[in-house]
Amino acid sequence: MAALNALELEKEASQGAAIHVSVRSKIFPPVGDREAQLVLKDISFDVAPRSFLVITGPSGCGKSTLLNIIAGLDRDYDGSVDLGPATDRLAFIFQTPRLLPWRTVYENIALALPKGDPRHARIAGMLERVGLGQAMNAYPERLSLGMQRRAALARGFILEPEILLMDEPFVSLDEQTADSLRSLLMELWHSHPTTVIFVTHDRTEAIQLGTRILRLAPGKASVIQDVSIDLTEAQRRDRAAVLQEQNRIFAA
Amino acid sequence: MAGSLLALAVLWYLIAAYAQNRYLPTPIAVFDVLWRESASGDLWVNISATLLRVAIAFLVSMLIGTAIGLALGRFKTADKFFDAWLILFLNLPALVTITLCYIWFGLTDLAAITAVALNKIPNVAVNMREGARSLSRDLDEMARIYKFGRWKTLRHVILPQLAPFFAAAARSGLSLVWKIVLVVEAFGRSSGVGYRLSIAFQEFDVSTILAYALAFILIVQAIEFLVLQPLQARVTAWRR
Repeated sequence: MAALNALELEKEASQGAAIHVSVRSKIFPPVGDREAQLVLKDISFDVAPRSFLVITGPSGCGKSTLLNIIAGLDRDYDGSVDLGPATDRLAFIFQTPRLLPWRTVYENIALALPKGDPRHARIAGMLERVGLGQAMNAYPERLSLGMQRRAALARGFILEPEILLMDEPFVSLDEQTADSLRSLLMELWHSHPTTVIFVTHDRTEAIQLGTRILRLAPGKASVIQDVSIDLTEAQRRDRAAVLQEQNRIFAA
Repeated sequence: MAGSLLALAVLWYLIAAYAQNRYLPTPIAVFDVLWRESASGDLWVNISATLLRVAIAFLVSMLIGTAIGLALGRFKTADKFFDAWLILFLNLPALVTITLCYIWFGLTDLAAITAVALNKIPNVAVNMREGARSLSRDLDEMARIYKFGRWKTLRHVILPQLAPFFAAAARSGLSLVWKIVLVVEAFGRSSGVGYRLSIAFQEFDVSTILAYALAFILIVQAIEFLVLQPLQARVTAWRR
């Protein structure tokens, strides 16, 4: 029975949901001396199942706000977001790891699953896979930031999400650590294809990861470019190819 | 620590032996009284009466204080309105609440415990309000994304964040509550350590006063070391 459930989960999980986003406007209310601010205006796009969409732009362009709206964390906006029937299979990997410091790494992952869920049996394997096999019973604050981020990735992927939202999950890491986490993300994503929306201000990262890029600009409060990236896996690992693609897209 | 306490006892002995004054008994005389009161059972009757009052007053004030503190921390309008009340009660002298409670409710245990609780509640409330204000929005969002639900959120996200505030309130609470309980007993009860001290005061019986003080300090220290500190160590084990 458990095996059957696991099979069904696998089948269901391999689909990845389509997403429709349509934000007419998002306004930050006035605070103190600061006037009300229009952050997002007339942004609408669809995300194909199993695609890897990167939303990029400088800080303050509203990309994190947009992601929070898609996640359902921010409901104070004018517009609509349709995540399809799979809204309960949504994972969000935040800019900070947001692990519970008073629970061990293992417990943090387990808490993301309902009680008695068959996926509990896969937690140890998942932690091995992200390189935390030795740190399962450690408290998060005793680990490096890179390892905490690995735990956050494990928590997202243990759900086998239909939709995976990521908000600059690799900032404040040294380049080498960030690179190894990006490869880990790619590896996890290939073995569990899902619809990803990934927010970053790092242009190189955007090219390395995305199958499509949406550019937001500050002040404009809307999309200034929407372009797909057709690089092979080998090209994504090649600095020169990435740089060339980056120049092509961001020169426009 | 044992050495420094022993040195204090020796110093006390030397001064008392030199002074030869009936108002400054030697440690030996004090232990003698302690032994006598213990053998007659008076010591245990009084101490257990006091401990029971301390326990009830402590629990009541932690419960009510926590509820008020959390409510004020969560609801801004209520906080704005009741902040002035809180400051007023925080600064109300213990003696005033004690005398008023006895006058209004009579010389009863209910009045005594109410008086102690009224002294302690504002203190707990201020601590817990701080705790409720500092609850992390980030973790709350995480819990919403990963569908924790009410119970899981309370147990794994909210309570662990409040625990240090609760522990701090409990530790400062215990030391405050037992001191006030003694005053309340001296004023208007006919049992308990406070009552016994007030009788000893009327007789200028310094040996008894010191004997009871000693016994009580030992017990409160034991609670601190055997219960409160291990508890605090447990809830903060995850800290770096």
